[in-house]
Amino acid sequence: MRTIAYRDALREAIRDEMRRDERVFIMGEDIAGYGGTYAVTKGLIDEFGEKRVRDTPLAELVIAGAGIGAALGGLRPIVEIMTANFSLLASDQIINSAAKWHYMFGGQAHVPIVFRMPGGGGAQRGAQHSQMLETMYAHIPGLKVVMPATPYDAKGMLKSAIRDDDPVLFVEHELLYSVKGEVPDESEEYTVPLNRGIVRREGRDVTIVTFSRMVHICMQAAEDLAKEGIAAEVIDLRAIRPIDLELVMDSVKKTNRVVVAEEGWKYYGTGQGIAAMIYEHAFDYLDAPVGHVAGADVPMPYSKPLERAALPTKADVVAAVTAIVPARQAAATPTPAAAGAR
Amino acid sequence: MAIREATLAGLSREQLLDMHYKMVLLRRFEEKAAQEYSNAKIGGFLHLYIGQEANGVGAFSALQPEDYVLSAYREHGYAILKGMDPKAVMAELFGKATGVSKGKGGSMHMYSNELHLLGGQAIVGGQLVMAAGVGLAVQYLGERRIVLALFGDGAVDEGAFHEAMNLAGVWKLPVVFLCENNQYSMGMAVTKAWAVPTLEPRAAAYGMPYTRVDGMDVLAVREALLDARERAVSGGGPTLIEAVTYRFRGHSMADPAYYRTRDEEKQWRATRDPIALFEEKLKAAGLMRDEDIKVANDRVDAEVDECARFADESPDPAPDELYTDVTVEGAGAIAWRSRPSTPRD
Repeated sequence: MRTIAYRDALREAIRDEMRRDERVFIMGEDIAGYGGTYAVTKGLIDEFGEKRVRDTPLAELVIAGAGIGAALGGLRPIVEIMTANFSLLASDQIINSAAKWHYMFGGQAHVPIVFRMPGGGGAQRGAQHSQMLETMYAHIPGLKVVMPATPYDAKGMLKSAIRDDDPVLFVEHELLYSVKGEVPDESEEYTVPLNRGIVRREGRDVTIVTFSRMVHICMQAAEDLAKEGIAAEVIDLRAIRPIDLELVMDSVKKTNRVVVAEEGWKYYGTGQGIAAMIYEHAFDYLDAPVGHVAGADVPMPYSKPLERAALPTKADVVAAVTAIVPARQAAATPTPAAAGAR
Repeated sequence: MAIREATLAGLSREQLLDMHYKMVLLRRFEEKAAQEYSNAKIGGFLHLYIGQEANGVGAFSALQPEDYVLSAYREHGYAILKGMDPKAVMAELFGKATGVSKGKGGSMHMYSNELHLLGGQAIVGGQLVMAAGVGLAVQYLGERRIVLALFGDGAVDEGAFHEAMNLAGVWKLPVVFLCENNQYSMGMAVTKAWAVPTLEPRAAAYGMPYTRVDGMDVLAVREALLDARERAVSGGGPTLIEAVTYRFRGHSMADPAYYRTRDEEKQWRATRDPIALFEEKLKAAGLMRDEDIKVANDRVDAEVDECARFADESPDPAPDELYTDVTVEGAGAIAWRSRPSTPRD
């Protein structure tokens, strides 16, 4: 095991798969000479050349569409969309073509493509550069949407995504790129499946269901809760379509209390969808309403204090948990902060 | 010269009569489809190719079997020309299990890996950006084949047109872009939608050769395609062809065509019908007799009747087809089923 950053784990996955399979190539804006806006593809041009590491014009629709076409023509493209925000310009091709081609033609067409894109806020990039748009894509049958939180999963899931025969949206979080974590040595081959969540921390009192960067915040919250005598179980979904509901339901049936935590907007989103599925499949097992921590229901403000207020925090998770878990110890005083404020 | 040995545009009488037969087949297939639409055997939208047959027949006659084709939603004829069984095309229109897309696609969505027909795209212009990518795959793999991207004048108005043409131009992709300019995008006249009267300056903007051709002349379309195909396979990059044509029917079966006059339509039908023009040309060259036309018509009538019969008698898709093909391994729909509900202790 080594400790490497999330962006380096991604680069290793791309490099491994490009070495393994000549049909794998990557294209996007400024990924070659510039090395990628977030330096994920840095240096790949030196090993693989312009044919397989392709800088494209600034044109998201054709980047996505040409990726899909290349997949239909027998290649296995990795498409980097500079940020999830710009993926809206490509979303016609992602939703109307990639997601439909297999079904609409009765299973004949295969679109093995990975759309990589970073999302999320926290770096004062303003309203048009801070969105979490995974909900929009997770809504669409025909797509897979994965959102790894650790370098280990980033590498293992990107390798799986590249080998997968369906279109996969690989949503990274801008603030995860420099996060470090343990990853097996380069010589050690491994992959992580695209349809399995993982219990990051076991607990009996409450289940916190989360994904992407919020996993780290929830783990810190669970640490704090432990000090108050509340044993939180943290589930990292890792993928939101398909979703490992079995893992969630098993945990809910054990703890009988759930908080769903995400960075994206609250209403009509992934978190509410998960809550609805829990109500649908495990209502009988719930001892309290499902708690929900989410981003503020506003376009992301630029101002540092305002942005901080818009993003869900550890304190928000702690408050949401203590609002539905009775104190077990005298020392455990529930935080007064209103979980419903968001 | 005996009729058997005569040629036109380098084509034998047999080849020319086959092209004529295909034009008639495409027209009668559409007429039969219109009839079955009126009989409520076909649902949704139905976009007919009537009047534009010279484009498809001319273009496809210049292709090799390995060439890729991507098109829009007016594509029954393209599917047949690429080699699909017309019965399976009609069955798809009927939404039957025997349809080319198992009844899941419909009139606008035909596809075949074996025939390299990569889909009917119902999002206007969407096929253009995809075609650029297929061209990239061809170039990347060093294959000797081309991609034919078919579209209408409406697609030119989409941003996808610009992005696709530019990428094909800058990467010299082996794509032939064939615009069948039928002069109306639904009801919008091209003269009101384009800031320039032809696609010539646009082709120039993307650094690619441009050809304007009479889309009612099947041999002219064929010539343009042969030329563009040769350029593409020999590394010369993409070509933009503008074929000026006219659809004799509305945009779809639902369109009464209020935006143009009946006189205009009559004029085109009377003087510019691509099948009649081709017949005149073949007769004048001594390559076709009236009985050849009758033979073609009779053959096609029987064929399209058989298409409709086959489609009508075919079964609907099985109910469990609903959830197949969402993803390749079949787990894409979030169709999570809770284990047998056990009451809580």
